[in-house]
Amino acid sequence: MSQEITKVTAPLPFTRKDVAEHALDFGKSWEYAPSPEATDHFKIEPRYELFIGGKWRTPKSGKYFATTSPSTEEKLADIAEGNAEDVDLAVKAARHAYERVWSKMRPAERAKYIFRIARAIQEKSRELAIVESMDGGKPIKESRDVDLPLAAAHFFYHAGWADKLDYAFHGRRARPLGVAGQIIPWNFPLLMAAWKIAPALACGNTVVLKPAETTPLTALLLAKIFEEAELPPGVVNIVTGAGETGAALVNHPDVDKIAFTGSTEVGKRIQRALAGTKKRLTLELGGKAANVIFADAPLDQAIEGIVQGIFFNQGHVCCAGSRLLVEESIHEPLVRKLRDRMATLRLGDPLDKNTDIGAINSKMQLEKIAALVDSGEKDGAERFSAPCAIPSKGYWFAPTFFTGVAQSSRIAREEIFGPVLSVLTFRTPDEAVEKANNTMYGLSAGIWSDKGAKIFWMAQRLKAGVVWGNTYNKFDPGSPFGGYKESGFGREGGRQGLSAYVELDG
Amino acid sequence: MKKKTDTQGSDVDVETTVNLSDLDSFETRTMARREEATGERLRVAKAYKMYVGGAFVRSESGRYLQVKAGDEKGADPGVVNVPRGSRKDARDAVLVAKSALDGWSARTAYNRGQILYRLAEVMESRHQELVTSLVRGGQSEAEASGEVDAAIDRAIFYAGFCDKYQSLLASSNPVSGPHFGFSVPEPMGVVAVIAPESPALLGLVSTVLPVIATGNTVIALASEKDPRTAIVFCECLATSDLPGGVANVLTGRATEMAPHLAKHREVIGIDAWTGDTALREALEREGADNVKRVKTHAVPAAPFWLDDRRGQGIGWLERFLETKSVWHPVGV
Amino acid sequence: MTAPHTLARPRAPHHSLFHSPPPSVDQVAVEERAASLGKRSLKKQSKVAGLKLAIAMMDLTTLEGKDTPGKVRALCHKAMLPLDRDPTIGPCAAICVYPNLVTVAKAALAGSPVKVASVATAFPSGQSPLSIKLDDVRRAVEFGADEIDMVIDRGAMLSGDYAKVFDEIAATKEACGPAHLKVILETGELGTYDLVRKASEIGIAAGGDFIKTSTGKVTPAATPPVTLVMLEAIRDHFYATGRRIGMKPAGGVRTAKQALHYLVLVKETLGDAWLTPDLFRFGASALLNDVLMQIEKERTGNYQAAEDFSKD
Repeated sequence: MSQEITKVTAPLPFTRKDVAEHALDFGKSWEYAPSPEATDHFKIEPRYELFIGGKWRTPKSGKYFATTSPSTEEKLADIAEGNAEDVDLAVKAARHAYERVWSKMRPAERAKYIFRIARAIQEKSRELAIVESMDGGKPIKESRDVDLPLAAAHFFYHAGWADKLDYAFHGRRARPLGVAGQIIPWNFPLLMAAWKIAPALACGNTVVLKPAETTPLTALLLAKIFEEAELPPGVVNIVTGAGETGAALVNHPDVDKIAFTGSTEVGKRIQRALAGTKKRLTLELGGKAANVIFADAPLDQAIEGIVQGIFFNQGHVCCAGSRLLVEESIHEPLVRKLRDRMATLRLGDPLDKNTDIGAINSKMQLEKIAALVDSGEKDGAERFSAPCAIPSKGYWFAPTFFTGVAQSSRIAREEIFGPVLSVLTFRTPDEAVEKANNTMYGLSAGIWSDKGAKIFWMAQRLKAGVVWGNTYNKFDPGSPFGGYKESGFGREGGRQGLSAYVELDG
Repeated sequence: MKKKTDTQGSDVDVETTVNLSDLDSFETRTMARREEATGERLRVAKAYKMYVGGAFVRSESGRYLQVKAGDEKGADPGVVNVPRGSRKDARDAVLVAKSALDGWSARTAYNRGQILYRLAEVMESRHQELVTSLVRGGQSEAEASGEVDAAIDRAIFYAGFCDKYQSLLASSNPVSGPHFGFSVPEPMGVVAVIAPESPALLGLVSTVLPVIATGNTVIALASEKDPRTAIVFCECLATSDLPGGVANVLTGRATEMAPHLAKHREVIGIDAWTGDTALREALEREGADNVKRVKTHAVPAAPFWLDDRRGQGIGWLERFLETKSVWHPVGV
Repeated sequence: MTAPHTLARPRAPHHSLFHSPPPSVDQVAVEERAASLGKRSLKKQSKVAGLKLAIAMMDLTTLEGKDTPGKVRALCHKAMLPLDRDPTIGPCAAICVYPNLVTVAKAALAGSPVKVASVATAFPSGQSPLSIKLDDVRRAVEFGADEIDMVIDRGAMLSGDYAKVFDEIAATKEACGPAHLKVILETGELGTYDLVRKASEIGIAAGGDFIKTSTGKVTPAATPPVTLVMLEAIRDHFYATGRRIGMKPAGGVRTAKQALHYLVLVKETLGDAWLTPDLFRFGASALLNDVLMQIEKERTGNYQAAEDFSKD
């Protein structure tokens, strides 16, 4: 190795020639052995019933459907298929519990139940994380270190609000709404259940929850926790099923409020269905967030933020940073670094502790992703996919990005909901704002720059409900989350998130 | 028998010979009496010490106060010695509270809330002991039980407030100009609390918890009337995950220690609940030396403390919070 | 590994390296990334392979005023044969000592592949005139040191005199002759990751073969995030020039688990080419025994007792 010290170089920017010649090798030297999470300390029941009025009840139709593991395609359990009659029973149980018990209970006592639930989630954390990974496909590293701590934190946080609502609304008196119908998606099954149930209970409402049909298990384990915490029967009811079950809940006349997280398309359907009723509604829908990288960003850390933004949870995230808007002057080095960074992403068994990218949640979702990726290639964008070995069984998609993406192409406009990033460039901050806002969505955005003033300037102008500066995908029960425009309305978390679950005077 | 003068100077009858059979019968008589009286084994008496830096310590002065301990339901005899804290104990406690400050304020609000909730869990598990202690201090069983319930519920109240008051007290300020302005509440530092004489448990809990919930550290002077219950509460603190030094409790006479805390320049705030108006005035005056935030109060009766609207709340949290306003330009 | 080099006065007078402020490194993100790489779970054969690699990368170190020939000979013996009941384990990469003990080390290691590294340049503070520091280096090389671990002028780094820091490193490299040069940044004194990055770039540009975190005499010494920042500087240099610079965390690496964490940082930042003692070393002393204990545990299934392994 000769010591060439006649020329002093500053490392950046490096040229295309450098890029081609000096390649890092992320190969097979020192492979990590499989490191599977132990699953022998609990078991999944072969069959789960509906949880209504504090009891496990068989579905009126007698029908069950299978929930399978998207990484192995094996059946995990049979799940009760709730129909309109079951929904009706659940709403009645919720109403009864609301009127007889929950609305009469001292708020400080309500809080204690919610604290108990939080504690139990902490105690059963590992089991819940493993089941979440098996049922939904996400890596155990994420369910264990992100989903579970946040789920427990949501219950802890909201427990503390139960007896403090008098402070939360600036002198306006708050009353609970009554019965809340809640429909949640498959990307963060337990966490979404926590986001919905915790504030509803804290504000004095009772709940009927319909989990997503591909990921019902952790909601059902949560129901067991409600039982063990001695939550009064009927305060939370879980009715599993698919689209029709959800529709029955939305249309039920005795539900006071609907909370929905899911696709924009279904959200609009629900909004239409509620027209003319007095039901309150909050919607948390899709997104196509812009992650904006300026030339003065700390680049290596911005790469981490990009990877986190789109590959976390396989991109099954409504607030995913799925559009990378990079300042043109650093496009080359950024793409180079991103490519190298993706070479160390490990795709595979969600229960392996070293897995970074888990399974795609379902065959249907995989087909949607593949179709949009095809369209990207047809539109002439240049595709790069990480060289991951794909297991033979299960649903998988290698982390991918496209460069040379046109603002008008489908992959720049439509939510892919998968590990696929579209890279576009901009020249000035004004242009970045224009491109970032040029979408019907408005859930989230990221800004990367070393200049504080620029972060605030961009944050002021971005039409997004959540703006991350020099970070991405950060969540906290105390930070209100929700979208602008067709990403939905209403906020979850924080003091602001309580408004969705109360009636206010004045 | 001879007359002898004992060490105190009074005449005492002294046996010149020892009669062994008398000794035997003395022993059996005593044991029989004990067995008659209780039918139980002799229990181990608790030594009551102050709680400083996460440890239980005696006064550096070696002095003590005797506290009558009422009806003997617990493990202890009817008279109990508690440390009589000194000026130096107060000084040492301030040092300890100061060194715990940075770590405690740097914890996330969520973490502080978790710790206070754990404190509530531990207090609940010691419900019986706390009740018994209050009863020995003169409360009725019903009063004591109500007081312990309220103290635990207060701990839960503040546990749930640690990560919420910020969204109530902070603000984004619509300043005129291209700046982003915001104001946030921050802990003040080391605070001294003179807890009310009564209620001995609820008063201490009500005055100490809001101070630490907001990230301050505290030196509290326990009720002189019932310091034993304060110390049982300290045992809860010690097993609750609260880092040592965040809450320190001294026993002894407030009049001996409080003025030194008021003069201590490391102490930034005082919350004094005492009927002694001269003491209150002295604290206000001495505190001026380093512009302390001094709040003094007469001691309201029990209903105040038991009232959820008065004995706790956001006002208690605000008392030892500073507001910091920050500006930053908005521009490219 | 060491090659002849050009003795030039390499610095261009107004280079941006000397006059631009330190590059920006986001502390929160860097610490998160370093920590997340610490969650990699190394089991069974990959764990043992990593541990054996760690041994091959160790610079067993003794840098104390009370070092004696006896102490150094014992350490050399340990470096050549870390576990006498298993001669397939080891040897370590090098011994690291003060200049006065180099001759003893050299003799004790004669015939073995273990190198002798000497600290020099008025280690650990560096607070002596340059001529003395350079003489310190030349003497150590004369005594037979294969490698020189120098310290940079932290005062100059903190006061912004980057050119001075550069000059001293370049001059030290010259004084090294055939010996290879490790540049100790003393990251624990630099205060920010930004300045660590700057110092890394200067150390590389001025001719260092390795950049090293610490003297081990100051806390904090090596940490995963500081190491990551330095690896990133090495990566960017490689992208620009094709040259591979080595890295050495020193001080504070005491357990096998920590050592594996560092290897993961290297593997996932720079890739396979750097997983060799030519490009990565650990500056450590107590680490070796913990690594040996972990290897034994993997072999036998039993957790080991410290007393079963020779202390030196």
